[in-house]
Amino acid sequence: MTAKRDTRGLIFKAILMSCLGISVLLLFVLVIDTATDGAGALSLDFLTNPPSRLADRAGIGPALAGTLWLMVVCAIFIVPVGVASAIYLEEYADRTKWWNRMIEVNIQNLAAVPSIVYGILGLAFIVRGPLDLGRVVLAGALTLGLLVLPVVIIASREAIRAVPPSIREGSLALGATQWQTIWRQVLPSSVPGIATGVILALSRAIGETAPLIVIGAATYIAFNPTGLDSAFTAMPIQIFNWISQPQDDFKLKAAAGILVLLGVLMLMNSIAIYLRNRYEKKW
Amino acid sequence: MATASTPIDGATPGAHALGVAPRRLGEKAIKLVLLAAALVSVLTTTGIVLSLASETISFFGEVPIGEFYGGTDFSPLFADPSFGVLPLVTGTLLITAIGLVVAIPLGLGAAVYLSEYASPRVRKTFKAILELLAGVPTIVFGYFALTWFTPVVLNDLLGMNVPVFNALSAGIILGFMVVPTIASISEDAMSAVPTSLREAAYGIGANKLQVSTRVVFPAALSGIVAAIVLGISRAIGETMIVLIAAGQVPNLTADPRESVETMTTFIAASAKGDLPTGSIGYQTIFAVGMTLFVLTLIMNMISIRFVRRYRQVYE
Repeated sequence: MTAKRDTRGLIFKAILMSCLGISVLLLFVLVIDTATDGAGALSLDFLTNPPSRLADRAGIGPALAGTLWLMVVCAIFIVPVGVASAIYLEEYADRTKWWNRMIEVNIQNLAAVPSIVYGILGLAFIVRGPLDLGRVVLAGALTLGLLVLPVVIIASREAIRAVPPSIREGSLALGATQWQTIWRQVLPSSVPGIATGVILALSRAIGETAPLIVIGAATYIAFNPTGLDSAFTAMPIQIFNWISQPQDDFKLKAAAGILVLLGVLMLMNSIAIYLRNRYEKKW
Repeated sequence: MATASTPIDGATPGAHALGVAPRRLGEKAIKLVLLAAALVSVLTTTGIVLSLASETISFFGEVPIGEFYGGTDFSPLFADPSFGVLPLVTGTLLITAIGLVVAIPLGLGAAVYLSEYASPRVRKTFKAILELLAGVPTIVFGYFALTWFTPVVLNDLLGMNVPVFNALSAGIILGFMVVPTIASISEDAMSAVPTSLREAAYGIGANKLQVSTRVVFPAALSGIVAAIVLGISRAIGETMIVLIAAGQVPNLTADPRESVETMTTFIAASAKGDLPTGSIGYQTIFAVGMTLFVLTLIMNMISIRFVRRYRQVYE
């Protein structure tokens, strides 16, 4: 190999590495910058206080509670619906039938529909229109649930597909029905994969701002939600409100809010990674 | 012959074990319940299309299509409104173009490195970091663009003297948001290229640079196109970064230093303003939303088709 070619190869490799490096660096700078901005405003009071017109008293309490409410209600909605859809598509659906292929393409498409369009759906169908729930916890959770449902379905399908056919055949040969096979053999083996998918879906849901703005969750709320029919605000909404304030003090509050949000996300992601590594089965 | 068919009916004692299993209504019911769950996603799409279409049709009852798609002045909420959506479309295109200038080279470079050069351990680590980058909520990117990228990088470091709200900062940071999408899908496509192709190229004397650029890259092209198209779709549909960092001024301009409004930011900014159902302002949200939905739908269909093509060839 000539020296000239070798140099070109090295330059090429260096360029490729810097492409990756720049992206990683940006993530690094983003975290450092937000941490230096927001660390000063972080305190126990900040976690529990309601928002305020005075920057030094403003806290993220009701927004944190609202986000937790949204997460729980959203999970109750997406776990059964998402897993059931995945079981249907993997275990029952006959792929030669056009309607099953249509369901599949439809889910792939939904996964890439802009989140703000789900906000419009939520506004027209859930908050107003047919369901007419108003701007309450249930409406927000359903909107976010529809948004992340494709994530749960796609992850659950992969987990179910990873269970080898021999397990199913063994169970069926012993006289179990198809549902008994799914319930007692396939699902228990795919729980870690499904749980990982659900956590990732929820962490996407709690970071979403745009659909909640559209359904009108951006109003000033100074109390914690008390039920499904309670008005609410959420962390990203609160952060957005603070960013929109002209005063610098509120920008620092926004940074502190971002730190709390990123903290919750990191916690959820660590749980997902732990589940994946701890319970993942090698067949 | 009639007697030969009786065992199948299960009438002969002892034939039961080999014959058709008794009908289990429970099993049928379960299948129907599962199908119903799968239909929730179909209903979601139907709901999106219906809600967008009904209001959009009423909107076009009052505003001619030509005025909407041909007009250059957009102020639907003013007392004397005009409904030309072009400034929003050009704003969206400008932001998307800036984002792609950042995201395509970075994403593809990262993908080639991870697929062809990195050791398995390095690949695993960096893929995890890219997943982290993909998991950052877009509102955080928006904050970062507004409070750090514009003042520190654009104004102090590059001395550009841009206003607080500008398309450039929003577009560049949006590009970084799209990098993981492009990198991960095109890395999948490159990894799916069979090793035998690489070995054949090495066998006739090619070096790593040539193998990467002339063998793997073209062989993975349909996957790479899918990745880019999906990246475009994500860029068009992104709201928060642009809402926070690009200002909200409908502006028919190609100057990235100016403030622009996109289709998504118009929807977000006006939907929170409590527009009454049925008002022309409310309907404008849906007309813009319909335009956005159709645009991204086309992109997604193209992307799905290209992904299917490389899967068929190599998997």
